[in-house]
Amino acid sequence: MSIVFHVIHITIHLTWCFCSSWWGGVQMGPPDPILGVSEAYKRDTNPKKMNLGVGAYRDDQGKPFVLSCVRKAEAVITAKQMDKEYLAIGGLGEFTKSCAQLALGNDNEVLKSGRNITVQTISGTGSLRIGANFLSRFHGPRDVYLPKPSWGNHTPIFRDAGMQLKAYRYYDPSTCGFDFKGALDDISKIPEQSVIMLHACAHNPTGVDPRPEQWKEISDIVKKRNLLVFFDMAYQGFASGDIDRDAWAVRYFIEQGHNILLSQSFAKNMGLYGERVGGFTVVCNDAEEAKRVESQLKILIRPIYSNPPMNGARIAATILNTPDLRSLWLEEVHGMANRIIKMREELVAGLKKEGSTHNWQHVTDQIGMFCFTGLKPEQVERLTKEFSVYMTKDGRISMAGVTSGNVGYLANGIHAVTK
Amino acid sequence: IATMSVFCEVPQAAPVAVFKLSQDFNNDQFPKKVNLGVGAYRTDECQPWVLPVVKKVEKIIVHDDRLNHEYLPILGLPEFRSSASKIALGDDSPAIQENRVGAVQCLGGTGALKMGAEFLRRFYNGNNNTKTPVYVSAPTWENHNAVFANAGFEDIRSYKYWDAEKRGLDFAGFLGDLESCPEHSIFVLHACAHNPTGTDPTHEQWKQIAETMMKRNLFVFFDSAYQGFASGSLDKDAWAVRYFVSMDFEMLCAQSFSKNFGLYNERVGNLTVVARDADNLKRILSQMEMIVRTTWSNPPSQGARIVAITLNSPELFTDWKDNVKTMADRVLLMRAQLKAKLQALGTPGTWDHITEQIGMFSFTGLNPKQVEYMVKERHVYLMTSGRINMCGLTTKNIDYVAESIHEAVTKVQ
Repeated sequence: MSIVFHVIHITIHLTWCFCSSWWGGVQMGPPDPILGVSEAYKRDTNPKKMNLGVGAYRDDQGKPFVLSCVRKAEAVITAKQMDKEYLAIGGLGEFTKSCAQLALGNDNEVLKSGRNITVQTISGTGSLRIGANFLSRFHGPRDVYLPKPSWGNHTPIFRDAGMQLKAYRYYDPSTCGFDFKGALDDISKIPEQSVIMLHACAHNPTGVDPRPEQWKEISDIVKKRNLLVFFDMAYQGFASGDIDRDAWAVRYFIEQGHNILLSQSFAKNMGLYGERVGGFTVVCNDAEEAKRVESQLKILIRPIYSNPPMNGARIAATILNTPDLRSLWLEEVHGMANRIIKMREELVAGLKKEGSTHNWQHVTDQIGMFCFTGLKPEQVERLTKEFSVYMTKDGRISMAGVTSGNVGYLANGIHAVTK
Repeated sequence: IATMSVFCEVPQAAPVAVFKLSQDFNNDQFPKKVNLGVGAYRTDECQPWVLPVVKKVEKIIVHDDRLNHEYLPILGLPEFRSSASKIALGDDSPAIQENRVGAVQCLGGTGALKMGAEFLRRFYNGNNNTKTPVYVSAPTWENHNAVFANAGFEDIRSYKYWDAEKRGLDFAGFLGDLESCPEHSIFVLHACAHNPTGTDPTHEQWKQIAETMMKRNLFVFFDSAYQGFASGSLDKDAWAVRYFVSMDFEMLCAQSFSKNFGLYNERVGNLTVVARDADNLKRILSQMEMIVRTTWSNPPSQGARIVAITLNSPELFTDWKDNVKTMADRVLLMRAQLKAKLQALGTPGTWDHITEQIGMFSFTGLNPKQVEYMVKERHVYLMTSGRINMCGLTTKNIDYVAESIHEAVTKVQ
């Protein structure tokens, strides 16, 4: 009897082993909150629906926008018939050079003395990840301080790299503006040598940026606390329309002696989203240190993806280094920023026209692609259910999804759920 | 301010050997210099070669106004992922028909290995695989070790592979390692055209490898960087991968389109996932998304588009297969000629391995001293391991290279 039992038991066991999976214990990953918004939008049949979750620029017809300077650069590149040999681990030289110049200004002393190392990265995410990995390997303190709130992906990027996340006050929900006092207060208590992440311009998700005199005080307190500054600049040019103005904080901090880390993305300001164009810069004490840091960045990059993709970097470099393409680009960036600014103004005007008595000044005070409306989750839900206006639960809207054709409808909806 | 830098302690890292070799080659002024280092295809004029089909498709893309530069989905371009997996597994693959094959578009073969490694470390055997042994062949591509180490694996070992004495596969050693390794170990297998030795198991040997791996519950992770490039036939080169799928393995296969499409710098790779069933696949891919999101968010569009358009058009697909055969044939020709010349010179030793080996690389059997002689005295650049890239050989330099090998072997012990 026991032998039979044994045989049956073994047979069942073998069968289980044959049919079972290694991955039986793998849980379904949580749905991406922003992607979820887009999915729901797609399913909605309301002709007046609006997708204000999208973090990509749209023109006034609500269509993706390929910049003319990009198309022109592509034609130039195609005509050159270049080969497809591997790039160096650190990327395309003409790109990294002009990328650093764009951020720091051509005449920056850092560039002249060669004390920066700038590598080409897989857009902003890739840049932040390389930076996080570098910090994890070479920087003692584990803590990275993010503004509250920050881009949703900052936290998992740093966490995956082995860093620990903390926060400093940033957004003031009562004013829909900058909690300057709270920020200074929190920053003054951050342990020395911790890493502090700063959004260079067009803070994501709030659109709330410090004013220059506030940046100055932040710089002072950061210096006092001996913190390591990591700037995330994903919207240079896209925020105010002026690339130098948008890089002001980064340049000021360097001037003040902070040896910063800097992530740059060309996804938005050149519309090169899917080509994955970005840069990561470490400002070092001198050229010798920069060489050592460079060698270590290569060691970090090689086992992730060996070397970066050419196409987007080639386009960006061509634009930045060809005078009339560069001028055209500056115009087009200015155009994109202006359309956003105009939509902000029209939204506020529209709300006034609807008879809203709320203070909507923050809509025009805030800058960049995103606007923290101040809407509460229940109001957001109503806006989505009753008006088919899709946005994230935190009340963030992407101004890029607003057009002259739908801004009135949006004002009407927002007024309806807030009156 | 001259404050202490947080990075003053950062040590200078050693350069990556294969790129340093190319750098040294570039700096060399000797007119007859030859670069047999980096693994990229060269024409008989020793020039990089953009495949004619790629040029064609790039024109199509640049003139298509409907195309833009918007973000791809996190897992990549759907048409690319599915057609790339079909290339590896075959159009008629039962696993594909059973909806249990998925893929992640990655940054080249490296990126695919990286994603697979990160996933395995998190989910393979329990949720912390830092101690799970990962086996790579001895020798193997020099980046394999770093990819898995950086993904958090602490125990990376080698399995016997190359027999230096007989200049062939140490099959008994390989099987022995499969039999004696810890259960559930992860094995990185080269689908074809083993890098760096060019030595592949025979079909019979693959069958035994599969049987042993199944018996011992070992995990199959294929690295497929040369499909089509090795024999000139996509199907022939995919035999091992398809055999393992037919044996019902759950497995990962990291594919690179750098060599067979000549798209080196566009970083086109695909991690094919073969799961037990559609439900497992769904959950696996959802977790892959999380890993992708914190590494590069979504993959680059250009290269994947080129491959997808090519693979999904019967005419362009045929063009591509022709282009691949052109490359493979030139390599085969160089192999045949090199062996013939060495035999004609009466160079000591046997040189059959030159034509028995397959793919871009050949393990010549030259020792480090002989390699040094080649580089310093003859300005023929190859890896210290004795690995040469057959693509660096041309009808114009092959005599010089054969003479150099002859000298190295006869003058240096």
